[in-house]
Amino acid sequence: MTQTDPLIPIPSGEIPATPVFRAPWEAYAFALAVQLSEQGIFDWPEWTQALAAEIRDAGEDDHGSQYYHYWLTALEKLLTKQGIISEEVLQERKTAWREAYLRTPHGKPVEL
Amino acid sequence: MSHDHSDEHTEPPPDVELRVKALETLLVEKGLVDLAALDVLIDTYENQVGPRNGAQVVAKAWTDSAYRTWLLEDAAAAISSLGFAGRQGEHITVVENTPGVHNLVVCTLCSCYPWPVLGLPPIWYKSAPYRARAVADPRGVLTEFGTELPDDTQIHVWDSTAEMRYLVLPERPADTDDWSAEDLAVLVSRNAMIGTEKARLPKKARQK
Repeated sequence: MTQTDPLIPIPSGEIPATPVFRAPWEAYAFALAVQLSEQGIFDWPEWTQALAAEIRDAGEDDHGSQYYHYWLTALEKLLTKQGIISEEVLQERKTAWREAYLRTPHGKPVEL
Repeated sequence: MSHDHSDEHTEPPPDVELRVKALETLLVEKGLVDLAALDVLIDTYENQVGPRNGAQVVAKAWTDSAYRTWLLEDAAAAISSLGFAGRQGEHITVVENTPGVHNLVVCTLCSCYPWPVLGLPPIWYKSAPYRARAVADPRGVLTEFGTELPDDTQIHVWDSTAEMRYLVLPERPADTDDWSAEDLAVLVSRNAMIGTEKARLPKKARQK
């Protein structure tokens, strides 16, 4: 059985009501995984295994605030593992988005 | 930080946002996800689905013994009969608190949770301390939530998985015999349905 430091308090989430997602990217990361599982790209047990692996690697300092970071990493890894998107393509697209921001005048919509 | 030429470019968002944008645009191009459907999904879990659903299920079970029996035997069917169906609701077991038994739900490996009745889990449910200690020291966890149980009350801890999720049917508070299901639902908190707390007492609810 996992031993944990009894001094680490369990964060309280009841009052005030915490938002479901703390930033839009968390919401989109969430929705992407759900929709992909519904499309049959992976099934939910596969997904929870991938997510659990990220959470396990995070260890005992995980107080839940990094949850969607693990979620996103699990999603990237699962899609690369299944050959849906390669790491290189993901990296290239991320760079392309960064460059799109840098060349877009402030206040204008950012497009690839 | 310098902001020279700030009107000539837009500051890129944090790395994590770029990663999501990259994934999203690639998946849309491949036809694997649909942006409008993503927004519907987000709205559902941000605004539509939450513990109020579960509270209605509990209140109905408290006031309708045939429904309670059905709920304990076939939770997925009984819950979807109230209109609460969908993702993560296919396999739900309802566990009933009684004077001698208190139930507590955890997902030790990740965050499995009965979405149709509770929405998405609170942050502490996903934290390492809760995931480990709910199993190792459930009584201590309950104390942290302000829940004191008699020494001889058994605590059953249920570990959720992708295949099975749990909802606690709390004990109906005393002195609520003449209450309607609608009023009773107010006494049922999210935490009571996870099992870290009991249903609210009528006086406290009325003072709110």
